[in-house]
Amino acid sequence: MASNQEQAAMAYWKENVRLLITLLIIWFVVSYGLGIILAPLLNNIMIAGYPLGFWFAQQGAIYTFIVLIFVYVFRMNALDRKYDVYEK
Amino acid sequence: MDLALTTYLIVGATFVLYIGIAIWAKAGSTGEFYVAGKGVHPIANGMATAADWMSAASFISMAGLIAFLGYDASVYLMGWTGGYVLLALLLAPYLRKFGKFTVPEFIGDRFYSKTARVIAVIALIVASITYVIGQMKGIGVAFSRFLETSYEVGLFIGMAIVFFYAVIGGMKGITYTQIAQYCVMIFAYTIPAIFISLAITGNPAPQLGLGGTVADGQYLLNTLDNILVDLGFSQYTAMKGTTLNMFFLTMSLMIGTAGLPHVIVRFFTVPRVRDARLSAGWTLIFIAILYTTAPAVGAMSFYNLINTVQPGEIGAEDGNLAYENVPGWFSRWEETGLLAWDDKNDDGRIQYYNADNPAFESTAESYGWQGNELTVDRDIMVMANPEIAQLPNWVIALTVAGGLAAALSTAAGLLMAISSSISHDLIKGVINPKIGEKSELLAARIAMGVAVLVAGYLGLNPPGFAAQVVALAFGLAASSLFPVLMLGIFNRRMNSSGAIAGMLSGLTFTLIYVFIFKGWFFIPGTNMLPDTPENWLFGIGPQSIGAIGALINVIVAALVSRATAPPPKEIQELVESIRVPRSA
Repeated sequence: MASNQEQAAMAYWKENVRLLITLLIIWFVVSYGLGIILAPLLNNIMIAGYPLGFWFAQQGAIYTFIVLIFVYVFRMNALDRKYDVYEK
Repeated sequence: MDLALTTYLIVGATFVLYIGIAIWAKAGSTGEFYVAGKGVHPIANGMATAADWMSAASFISMAGLIAFLGYDASVYLMGWTGGYVLLALLLAPYLRKFGKFTVPEFIGDRFYSKTARVIAVIALIVASITYVIGQMKGIGVAFSRFLETSYEVGLFIGMAIVFFYAVIGGMKGITYTQIAQYCVMIFAYTIPAIFISLAITGNPAPQLGLGGTVADGQYLLNTLDNILVDLGFSQYTAMKGTTLNMFFLTMSLMIGTAGLPHVIVRFFTVPRVRDARLSAGWTLIFIAILYTTAPAVGAMSFYNLINTVQPGEIGAEDGNLAYENVPGWFSRWEETGLLAWDDKNDDGRIQYYNADNPAFESTAESYGWQGNELTVDRDIMVMANPEIAQLPNWVIALTVAGGLAAALSTAAGLLMAISSSISHDLIKGVINPKIGEKSELLAARIAMGVAVLVAGYLGLNPPGFAAQVVALAFGLAASSLFPVLMLGIFNRRMNSSGAIAGMLSGLTFTLIYVFIFKGWFFIPGTNMLPDTPENWLFGIGPQSIGAIGALINVIVAALVSRATAPPPKEIQELVESIRVPRSA
């Protein structure tokens, strides 16, 4: 019984870490990739009055951060239920 | 009603509100005093955290910073928001599960070491005190500029308000006042922004207006780029710094944000682990309302300012505004010293251009310009906004109340972190573990009172290095606290020797690097190298070094912990338990 619980806890943690890594890759690509490293290049593209690199750096990255946290919230709540660790 | 009276009434009303909340939210136990009884709704905590986080600098200075730096100010926008992703994903839920009162307490328990706890307290106090000086100055300046009182009187009034609600209510009082302060702050910021966006681009949403078109049908950002180049500056939307330094500065600000104890501890106040995650999301929404508006405010008021002084063709004799025709707000802000004009070429007109650009010198000469004549304090971009947009007096008064709310809320949050680390971590944790609940609550209130007095003293006699030290607060949090908190959760094998060695090496490296360029202990003249990009290691400035310090911390901690004994079994079980919201 104890080992079953331990295995479940480990599987839960593994799925959690996988989710974190996915989200942090997006976090990194959008802010550091599109907002900084590629910004001078993307600035040649104008979308809705914004040079694209500038938009990512001053608007888009912030919106992306919000979406990332809420995706994390919903996915973790589902994960908590799946592994029966959801708080009452 | 005249402006001074309106301002007194509105600022006075907000103060009465804060005091009323304080009386209603009296703390009766240490749990209420330190973490508001862990009963704060995640959305309410989101608002409180946003107010906690957004300081006088965010409210008053950031838009101006963006105006003058253009694209390069993105490091602050991304750095001070992206840190919340790290906080939400890597720290907040697990520290909430741990379920105690302070950040150093987690470090002490997880690394079963009072030494580790004391090092964390020191890092916390240094980072928070440097931060609080800026807030105290913000309060004094806001009063002296707008309420016709002296700087000192303003500071005393601010101190008295914070003293009242922080000492009585602790975290509980601070939380509910911060919610009120957030509302004041966000209305004060967005209303003028909506009107200036409407006036310049015809779009009421500043976030869209920034991409909108100005009167002649051209895009605002293109127009700004072109005017600035014609005046000898760089393009507004182009990168001026180096990619590498921007990268590390953003990284340092993000890691530092996630490691600042006064922010982390706010997530201890919600009822459940999943509330901590959700609350981080709401926090970022509330912060983003201001942070996505600020770039619009910066660009639009800057455009407006340039257009005001340069209404005609650049270089034409009558292209510049004649001083006798300046608008009312211009003269009013000249009186405060935030705007200054010096007619260097005696033509009675105002010239604003980049006089530090050697390539532009001959052009300026051919126009008959003999130096830049206009000095603009960046704070004006927010504070003068309502007048420039010709909004009624109550909006101007609200802006003052908003600036004060931003400074008070951040100051209170920082003082909370400082005082709880003294009463809970030092007094109860190290000096006298047998202290009872009632005595600890009293100690917490006394520590809070003393912290307010010390902060007030430092606000009255700000050390000369205050400005540089704020950057250091992020470097310290990034290089010492964040890495060990994260390793404590994600690396079960991490032990006390590793954590202590990691914190000390990250901290030492960061401090020494900063001191080399800023002077040893910030004493002017003792810096070993001039603080210019040519001398920086790989072009990474002292503000950006925190990320490297964090990396060193992680590497040293990993190596040392591998070479020493693993943590005891009960610590490994503690790590297992904080990883899961509810044991099955």
